[in-house]
Amino acid sequence: MANSDTPAVRVDRLAVVRGGHRVLPGLSFTVPRGQVTGLLGPSGSGKSTLMRALVGVQKVQGGTVEVLGLPAGARALRDRVGYVTQAPSVYPDLTVTENLSFFARVLQVPLNQVDEVLEQVDLTDHAGALAGRLSGGQLSRVSLGVALLGSPELLVLDEPTVGLDPVLRRDLWALFHRLADRGATLLVSSHVMDEATRCDRLLLLREGELVADDTPQGLLDRTGAADGEAAFLALVEQSSGTTEREVSA
Amino acid sequence: MSPRTTLAVAGRVLTQLRRDHRTVGMLIVIPCVLLTLLWWMFDGNEVVFSRLGPPLLALFPFIVMFLVTSVTTLRERSSGTLERLLTTPMNKADLLVGYALAFGLVALVQAVVAVGLCIGLLGLDVQGEVWVLGLVAVLNAVLGTALGLFVSAFAETEFQAVQFMPALVLPQVLLCGLFVSRDALPDVLSAISNVLPLSYAVDAMQEVQAQPAWTTDLSVDVGVIAGSALLALAVGAATLRRRTA
Repeated sequence: MANSDTPAVRVDRLAVVRGGHRVLPGLSFTVPRGQVTGLLGPSGSGKSTLMRALVGVQKVQGGTVEVLGLPAGARALRDRVGYVTQAPSVYPDLTVTENLSFFARVLQVPLNQVDEVLEQVDLTDHAGALAGRLSGGQLSRVSLGVALLGSPELLVLDEPTVGLDPVLRRDLWALFHRLADRGATLLVSSHVMDEATRCDRLLLLREGELVADDTPQGLLDRTGAADGEAAFLALVEQSSGTTEREVSA
Repeated sequence: MSPRTTLAVAGRVLTQLRRDHRTVGMLIVIPCVLLTLLWWMFDGNEVVFSRLGPPLLALFPFIVMFLVTSVTTLRERSSGTLERLLTTPMNKADLLVGYALAFGLVALVQAVVAVGLCIGLLGLDVQGEVWVLGLVAVLNAVLGTALGLFVSAFAETEFQAVQFMPALVLPQVLLCGLFVSRDALPDVLSAISNVLPLSYAVDAMQEVQAQPAWTTDLSVDVGVIAGSALLALAVGAATLRRRTA
């Protein structure tokens, strides 16, 4: 790739206002290529808004968002970025295969990729089932499967593991790392802090502001916390400027 | 635009519809039941039935496709599938034309069955070519689809979407010349009826009913209906925004 030295995502002073509320007051960070970056933070911290801005469906009030070296939402990016919304966005009255085949046609991806993707998200046994009859976890994997079509260079996944059992969660994280090993960049949001340790790099968001941009180990070292959950709490308390800094240190 | 993507959308919409046997059944059966009811009301008086039947053949697909499309598109907006589609390379026109194609095809089946019933069993008598009845019916279905796509942008729930039917469709039904001849309307209402697409649909149907040949008036009517459908599709495309607040 010619410009693989440019970061996968470069956000500079991104400002977003939704419903009169400043969701992102002025966010700046970069996401390196070929890694699984976790976007963590409590619900309402602006994770989904940020992801919407990255895929170019969010109206922004200021700042720049560059994805794979191009402005977010650029036409040339639309088959290079895969996006999974928090609610599974597939058709409940189509079967799993019909859903995937439809999106494959829209993305102009060969239809034989459908079987490949079915295997990746472990839904081969449910290929003929109506999406609306699947369990919540299965449905969110259909939605993830759609995003995998065409092997996009950047995958923006909004809470893909929410509501999944531990075994499935482990398998999906293994899949994310396999995709990253093949050169894809993944940005995965979660409000479950113990998922943090599964990422190569972490962005911690609180009320639209970045409270940390580090490796999981770096974060634990810095805060002296035993796990992701404790580290996040320590950082949140630090950033709100309380005297509890000494307690966590 | 890519024909492949347009056909993928149309195929998907038809597959979804095929799963919904009850809706398909109602789309085909209800117009037939209503037309039979009308025929019965006039106790088999073929003159009156031949005057009212053709305009109704244009009204049904318009109303039904308006409802079906506004609810379907609203679902697509609220389920996130529209947002997902707008992040793909798909052109907005592919989505709109795909929908119009799918529902146009359903309307064609509906029109064939309804026209067949009227001509074959209920004794509907038209001077013009029978296939023109079908053509005008299908054009009206596409018009209803296009308007339904448009209003779905202004509805947040399916309840609201359904309310647009009395708001946007019923005034057109009242002013289209079915109840009171458009010339006999008060001047203001007559002027309004001149800019409502459904008026031209009724005119076209009345023209087919009364004239054996394809007339200039019929060309104008058909042109206005087709033009309105295209306009509504274009405005509908403008309501599909990639970036939302």
